[in-house]
Amino acid sequence: MIKLDLQKQLQGAQGTFHLQLHGDLEMGQFVALYGASGAGKTTLLRMLAGLLKPDQGFLEVNGQVWIDTQQGICLPPQKRKVGLVFQDLALFPHLTVKENLQFAQGKKKDPQQVQALLEAVELTQLQGRKPDTLSGGQQQRVALARALASQPDILLLDEPLSALDTAMRAKLQQYLLALHRQFGVTTMLVSHDLPEVYTLAEQVWVMEGGAVVRKGSPQEVFLSRKLSGKFQFVGQLLHKELADVVCLLSVLVGQEVVRLVVTQSEGEALQPGDKLLVASKAFNPVIMKLDY
Amino acid sequence: MDWAPLILTLRLALVATGILFLIGLPLGWVLAYRRFVGRPVLETLVSMPLVLPPTVLGFYLLLAFSPGGRVGAWIESTLGIHLVFSFAGLVLASVIYSLPFMVQPLQAGFQQVPMRLQEAAYTLGKSKIATLWHVVLPNMKSALLTGCVLTFAHTIGEFGVVLMIGGNIPGQTRVASIAIYDEVERMNYAAANQYALVLFAITFIILLLVYLTNGGYLKRLGR
Repeated sequence: MIKLDLQKQLQGAQGTFHLQLHGDLEMGQFVALYGASGAGKTTLLRMLAGLLKPDQGFLEVNGQVWIDTQQGICLPPQKRKVGLVFQDLALFPHLTVKENLQFAQGKKKDPQQVQALLEAVELTQLQGRKPDTLSGGQQQRVALARALASQPDILLLDEPLSALDTAMRAKLQQYLLALHRQFGVTTMLVSHDLPEVYTLAEQVWVMEGGAVVRKGSPQEVFLSRKLSGKFQFVGQLLHKELADVVCLLSVLVGQEVVRLVVTQSEGEALQPGDKLLVASKAFNPVIMKLDY
Repeated sequence: MDWAPLILTLRLALVATGILFLIGLPLGWVLAYRRFVGRPVLETLVSMPLVLPPTVLGFYLLLAFSPGGRVGAWIESTLGIHLVFSFAGLVLASVIYSLPFMVQPLQAGFQQVPMRLQEAAYTLGKSKIATLWHVVLPNMKSALLTGCVLTFAHTIGEFGVVLMIGGNIPGQTRVASIAIYDEVERMNYAAANQYALVLFAITFIILLLVYLTNGGYLKRLGR
């Protein structure tokens, strides 16, 4: 269980900014911090990691007090079991992929764990390479594996996929999910990408102006009503086109552009750029048997 | 040719560089990362030897260290070190005179290492010392090399300070640059030329090696 209650005053571009965060979290969950930039997401992550001290507050992780300003307790980052993946990754340029992981392990070196992690992120072949010889997606995976190598209680991800193209992003999201299932580490992901949050998170904390304004499952947070649909995807409306009595929508779902037909009145409410949920209800789905 | 002045020069440069490396690391670190009240004053003091005539520095050091003065008398009575016209005095003067040549490259080197790398090491449980040793220093190797070599080369080339505080005692304070001056005064141009040529060659080779290493030429040759 993670209990947090943190306050911090920051000097932002629009004057003083008051951060006030309060929340509980079960261990093992995948939480997304969602919100526009400047909402305080990264600041929260830095406070959890111990890189920034709150003015006032309390933080307990797995029964261990990390911050208690009343008692004068604020553990340094070294004493907290966190894995942090920075936005710019911060891989050690002078170490190889394997050495980056070994460095993260601390005193007890476990070669098997390093190999298992390298396998999990499919970097066994590249373990002898230096980070600057790797592609963006590969570096990303090194950063993830390195953060996990220290066997953290919490994994903190600060928009780790924001610099990647959509195809690589989708692939790495699958890695994140797989790693989360395999290692069961409580994970906090900062993101302002709705499809990403929808794909990955079990819990969403929506942040606005330094506070958590809404919490819940992605469905609860992002949908006004629950659907009975069995399949659902989040996409972005690229284009709409009126054709006689219907409206044709081109929606980007993952890597594919899907054309959908809605009624004119439904189409009128939508604008290109809108985030959409595309769902198929239990009735009349198209089902085909695949031969392979 | 009498090799003693050259050997003495190299010994002085080595000792001064070693001491300056140990002083320069914490000083460069503080100047790179810490903001405090006296910082501009400290930076000014460190950089002063760049512009100050060596004779000025040597003159004040001579006054300070002379056994007749308070400082010199205190050092001699408590530490038992005689600083005027001695090798120890030369080392101390060289350390002060070459200070910016060590501190400035190290300060710049520290500033170049992204803070993120250090934060990453902290979150991976590494102490500040371990982070300095395993993360920061390996990522500023060229700054370390530049600092040491510039200090070494600058100490070799020193003249004014050495003359003021060391004098010209064979085997003790007669370094190569002084020996050249001495030989020229005696109209012994051939001997002066030998010393001069050796110093010329040494400094050229040292600096060439730095540029080759920092430019990555040696690595490419090795491939």
